[in-house]
Amino acid sequence: MIKAEQKPVDEILGFLDAYKRILLVGCNGCAAVCHAGGEREVAILAATLRMARKKLGQKLEILEETSPRQCEPEFVDALAGKTEDVEAILSIACGVGVQALAERFSEIPVYPGVNTMFMGKTVEPGVWVERCQACGNCVLHLTGGICPVTRCAKQLLNGPCGGSRDGVCEIDGETPCAWQAIYDRLKATGQLDRLELFVPAKRWGRESRDRGPRTIVRGDLKQ
Amino acid sequence: MRAGSHLERVMEKGLFAVTGQLIPPKGNDAGGVKKKAELLRGYVDAVNVTDNQRAMVRMSSMAASSLLIGMGLEPVMQMVTRDRNRIALQSDILGSTALGVKNLLLLTGDHPCLGNQVDSKNVHDLDSVQLIDCARRMREEGKILGGEGFAGEVGILIGAVVNPFGDPFEFRVVRLAKKIDAGADFVQTQPVFDMNRFKEWMGMVRDRGLHERVHIMAGVVPLKSAAMAEFLRSGVPGITVPDNVIGRMAKASEPAEEGIRICVEQIEELKEMEGIHGVHIMTVDWEEKAGQIAEMAGLLPRPVLW
Repeated sequence: MIKAEQKPVDEILGFLDAYKRILLVGCNGCAAVCHAGGEREVAILAATLRMARKKLGQKLEILEETSPRQCEPEFVDALAGKTEDVEAILSIACGVGVQALAERFSEIPVYPGVNTMFMGKTVEPGVWVERCQACGNCVLHLTGGICPVTRCAKQLLNGPCGGSRDGVCEIDGETPCAWQAIYDRLKATGQLDRLELFVPAKRWGRESRDRGPRTIVRGDLKQ
Repeated sequence: MRAGSHLERVMEKGLFAVTGQLIPPKGNDAGGVKKKAELLRGYVDAVNVTDNQRAMVRMSSMAASSLLIGMGLEPVMQMVTRDRNRIALQSDILGSTALGVKNLLLLTGDHPCLGNQVDSKNVHDLDSVQLIDCARRMREEGKILGGEGFAGEVGILIGAVVNPFGDPFEFRVVRLAKKIDAGADFVQTQPVFDMNRFKEWMGMVRDRGLHERVHIMAGVVPLKSAAMAEFLRSGVPGITVPDNVIGRMAKASEPAEEGIRICVEQIEELKEMEGIHGVHIMTVDWEEKAGQIAEMAGLLPRPVLW
């Protein structure tokens, strides 16, 4: 799922300097799962912002809402009744949610309360790690189910660079080498022959993020 | 002959090849480049010109290579995939060959976070194996990636880097095989300090017959001090320096001389090793010692082949 973390409170306060009444909207999808933007975080952030403004001797009225999923039009529409006299919206959904609100409520400034980080998995409670960059042309069948695009700092597709030592990447003493992990996994599954395959240059421009927003159209679902 | 370069002639004749190294300056002083290059004249067959090594901004390898050509020296122009996408890389292959570059060394490069531009956008559009494949196609098929043709011919000797000291160790020979299959004519290794591991790797190379498909040049670095040995061990990715080498440097009364002695001993051992076709002497800004090392290791005079 998408992982996000809250922006520093001072940065958020900076966005809200000019406003006296705002709508704070959380999301019960991914942002809630990673404890960055669910109902609980909406309540905590609202209290924090109110207190901070009070210290400055300025009032801030905050309406609190949490959408089931800010990336879905019907849930965004459901917020329409909550925006009366609201000077700005603060969203703590991922970047998709923030943009969905900005598209829907074109007259109201919308600000992000979180930094959207990556697509990842939970390693342990409170620890998330990136596992996919949505590059649009999956190579996991060649690499033992371990993604070199995400996990190799150089996104190498044909094996490790010279900087891999003792299973660790050259960028620091802690990041595991993706290709060591791929090698170990292919060895364990008796698939080492896959390492011999030449993987041609990737089609970043056609299948990946470098061509503006990608779109999926499923004709069978389209109304 | 693929490139008609001097280095290629030396290799094709089965002679033991010698390359040196020139690190372009952190600046645009052409005179400084020429001065450093002059120190290598007559001692090596060709000079590797590094490409923003350790991810530090320096004069471009293409410009410095062009300065060498102007002096009648032969460059091995290094190109890393870190900083340029496939458009820029292919453009630079066309540009450099137009300037007279005949040897390219294609590699990934150190990660930007190790250099002085830690916030740069990491490119890595191609990896080094893909770039080798791309250069071979430009040479053999006259086509750029995607299949479009271009005017002229790209006569280049294609070099690659292999690191017998990286992990996973067993993959290192597979990696060499992939680079040969992709089109590498010669490879240079990361500096050899751990001779035992290097011999083990060469054994695996010979078992697969790879030494008969590519010219293998072993890398050597003359150490100046124990501190430098320690820095190479801990601060430079992909280099291992065993304790006995660090110990010899630490005990030496004249460390610089000891470093040169170690380097010469390594070259003498490498010269005798089956499958090694040359040495790449990486002097790391100590060009004035290249001649002395070549002399002491019995590598002089260098052949004149035209």
